[in-house]
Amino acid sequence: MSQAAVLDHTLDVEPAESPLTPESWGKLGMWLFLAGDAMSFGGLIAAYAALRFGDPNWPIPSTILGVPFTAVMTFLLICSSVTMVKALESIKHGDHAGLRKFLGLTIIGGLCFLGMQAREYSHLIEHVMTLTNKGLFGSTFFVLTGFHGCHVFSGVVYLTCILLSSGKYTKDNHNSVEIVGLYWHFVDLVWILIFTFVYLV
Amino acid sequence: MDIEHEEPNYMKIFYWLVALTVAELAVAQMPEGMRKLMVAALIALAFIKAALVAMYFMHLKFEKHILAMVAVIPPILLGMFLFITYPDTAWRLFTQWAAH
Repeated sequence: MSQAAVLDHTLDVEPAESPLTPESWGKLGMWLFLAGDAMSFGGLIAAYAALRFGDPNWPIPSTILGVPFTAVMTFLLICSSVTMVKALESIKHGDHAGLRKFLGLTIIGGLCFLGMQAREYSHLIEHVMTLTNKGLFGSTFFVLTGFHGCHVFSGVVYLTCILLSSGKYTKDNHNSVEIVGLYWHFVDLVWILIFTFVYLV
Repeated sequence: MDIEHEEPNYMKIFYWLVALTVAELAVAQMPEGMRKLMVAALIALAFIKAALVAMYFMHLKFEKHILAMVAVIPPILLGMFLFITYPDTAWRLFTQWAAH
């Protein structure tokens, strides 16, 4: 049939705008993902709180964990959030070099955080405690910080992918950069909470 | 289209975050006798920092309000559920501990 050879455009419509985030469906998708991820972390933190405050003999974290070292890690992650925001600001002004520079710095920040966490873990495992030999203190610590560390790692991979494809972003097409930024800021936000509840309280 | 607004001063937010982190470290040094106050202060400081990151770095302050609700209401609901169920858990854990 000749009709099969002709594309039918009578039903073409503009793609629908995302209701909550008109500029990008991906942004809404990321927000929804983060809301769910917040539930995962929330569940782990809630379980940690219930276990900890149900046990009057829970050790004081600052006597076992290295708080100053971890404070530097916190500072590092906050800095990487700033470089992320600067990366987005750069591409919003069409500055590709700035985008790549700040994305690179964000990735380096994430890698340094992971390196420091690896150092912290090896010190703890060698001299203090492992996942299983210090009861609930050890297991809640490693699961909570480890789950977060996995998020940092996947964030670094994700950021690297965006950096590698950074040539295609422009002043008007940078939703992907904004979206990776949302993920990265979420990872920072969760760390702020974990640092407070696991190390300081 | 991106909602038109002035770009927030990101460096100012950064300095606030650093200052609040230093404040948290200072509060953590409070003596044992003031533990309840210390915990309350730490929780407050942590949530203020989290709010700064969410509102300015994640741009929530400048998005449609309903998006902020999508992000914020689930954790609030979680908090409510924990508030309702925690006394039960705490009692159960306490009786187990007391029995030993």
